[in-house]
Amino acid sequence: MSELLTIRDLRVSFPTHQGRVEVVKGLDLSLGRERLGIVGESGSGKSMTGRAILRLIRPPGRVTAAEMTFDGQDLMALPERRMRALRGARISMILQDPKFSLNPVMTIGRQIAEALDAHERPSRGERRTRVRQMLERVRIADPDRVARMYPHEVSGGMGQRVMIAMMLIPRPALLIADEPTSALDVSVQAEVLELIDELVRDEGMGLILISHDLALVSRFCDRIMVMAGGEVVESCAAADLRHASHPYTRGLIEAVPRMDETRDWLPVLDRAARAGT
Amino acid sequence: MAPDMSAIPQPSTRPARGLRRASRGVAGFVLTTAVTFLGLLAITFFIGRVVPIDPALAVVGDRATQEQYEAARVALGLDRPLFVQFLVYVGDVMTGDLGQSITTNRPVAEDLARVFPATLEMATLGILAGVLIGVPVGVWAAVRQGTWIDQVIRIFALMGYSVPAFWLGLVGLALFYAGLGWVAGPGRIDIFYDGLVEPVTGLLLVDSLIAGDFTVFGNAVSHIVLPATILAFFSLAYIARMTRSFMLDQLGSEHVTTARVKGLPEWKVIWVHAFRPIRVPLVTVIGLSYAQLLEGSVMIETVFSWPGIGNYLTTALLNADMNAVLGATLVVGVVFVAINRLSDVAYRLLDPRAKR
Repeated sequence: MSELLTIRDLRVSFPTHQGRVEVVKGLDLSLGRERLGIVGESGSGKSMTGRAILRLIRPPGRVTAAEMTFDGQDLMALPERRMRALRGARISMILQDPKFSLNPVMTIGRQIAEALDAHERPSRGERRTRVRQMLERVRIADPDRVARMYPHEVSGGMGQRVMIAMMLIPRPALLIADEPTSALDVSVQAEVLELIDELVRDEGMGLILISHDLALVSRFCDRIMVMAGGEVVESCAAADLRHASHPYTRGLIEAVPRMDETRDWLPVLDRAARAGT
Repeated sequence: MAPDMSAIPQPSTRPARGLRRASRGVAGFVLTTAVTFLGLLAITFFIGRVVPIDPALAVVGDRATQEQYEAARVALGLDRPLFVQFLVYVGDVMTGDLGQSITTNRPVAEDLARVFPATLEMATLGILAGVLIGVPVGVWAAVRQGTWIDQVIRIFALMGYSVPAFWLGLVGLALFYAGLGWVAGPGRIDIFYDGLVEPVTGLLLVDSLIAGDFTVFGNAVSHIVLPATILAFFSLAYIARMTRSFMLDQLGSEHVTTARVKGLPEWKVIWVHAFRPIRVPLVTVIGLSYAQLLEGSVMIETVFSWPGIGNYLTTALLNADMNAVLGATLVVGVVFVAINRLSDVAYRLLDPRAKR
């Protein structure tokens, strides 16, 4: 499998009153055209990793890496102009909550078309057709009407499908989904994830699915990385998750309730297990 | 039969319903505006009657005899019950009669038609400069947050908050008029140009252009430049500060991140995705700022002997000229209501969420 993304020793830090704090502490990752899940609790550095790949961490935040290459290009050394050409077009990202991540004063159609215009020069007719096709692909029944609507006029699930359409319309090779369903109703979560899964398979894209939901990630991904306190504590194939060895991962797995269980007490995550890190 | 009945009238009722809703909106607007003005008049009127100033005494002077004083009281209608006085006053206002000013001995309406354009002219120039400079400067400061550019802009804006207007006016006059002679001194126009152009709008700059008299125009410009600049400085400081904080909010928001993820160039991220949503709150800030300038900056108008509404109102207050005070207050009220309505309209145009 050809390597799409290679990261060695990624570090992200922010200044605080107590000096610089590292939120990602030396992360290694290599990804082909496969689906990688990054799991961890809040503050484990998983979102920061996604944003660092797109170089979206702004000063005073600082990103360093021994290596960060995407498709043969050194992301750390790329000038901002070339990086912009890469964002959206080759690497895209779905953000958490469509209520905040869509521009409130711009119609949905224009926001999607804008993502296309940033990288291609389509004719008027072509732009319309492609926006309509993209909306149809994310299973929006009435694309022309929805394209004229504003984000506040659609539901959360539909908003997230609009977000997916917007991020996939320039046909990127890598999609980062940062908690794409945690702001949605449980009933539409599976729908949206299946949609992402289907599109990623169709296009042969690489996917990084960032989530705090272990069960969900193991269902949709080939490989899983567990992060805690800015470090990767476990990295394994999704199928092998049950044999995970790290105490933190074991703790996470143990804490998930099951339908058929007989335990009286659900164990609490033992943070002392990684207190030394 | 029944489904047909319901199907037929529908297309015809739809526009009618829209019309009815629109007319209800207009009626509601007229009603709220009327109540607002009635309240405004009532408060000003009764405060004017409660304060220990005797309008009749102001007319006849200290040395009048008791008979003269009584005659003035009757002439002014002050002998009647307070509530009747108020009703009579409201009735007069409805017919456009704001009464006579006891300081200028002219109808108040005529006075206001003369002084308000002077303020309007200066305030409009001030707010234009304030918006055209203040908004970009505020955006710039937000984009460069924490850098020396941001610090300089913030200090500048803070000065606009804390420097007294009269001080800036006096220093400006001393420096640019008395010292360097770059601008003309107090007043709207030099005395020998006064009354040369026919007042059409009451705005000297516009009237002199209509008359094609560029000498008068030039003179008026050199008179208005300094006070308008000082007004502009204050509104600029306020607008820049507010723009900066609105922009900082937006620049940290998720939809701006989305715009960056799309690979948009930074100018588009800033002006399309961060700036567009703040136009709505900015309209409010600018509207309030403009309304404040239109009330007449008493300090600036006094320092520059500007015959505007602030000056007029102050003089009227000091002379217990209640008709003039009420009239000027009414004008200020009209300005506020008008600007608020305009902001509402702008809201609806700029924010899709405010529709309906």
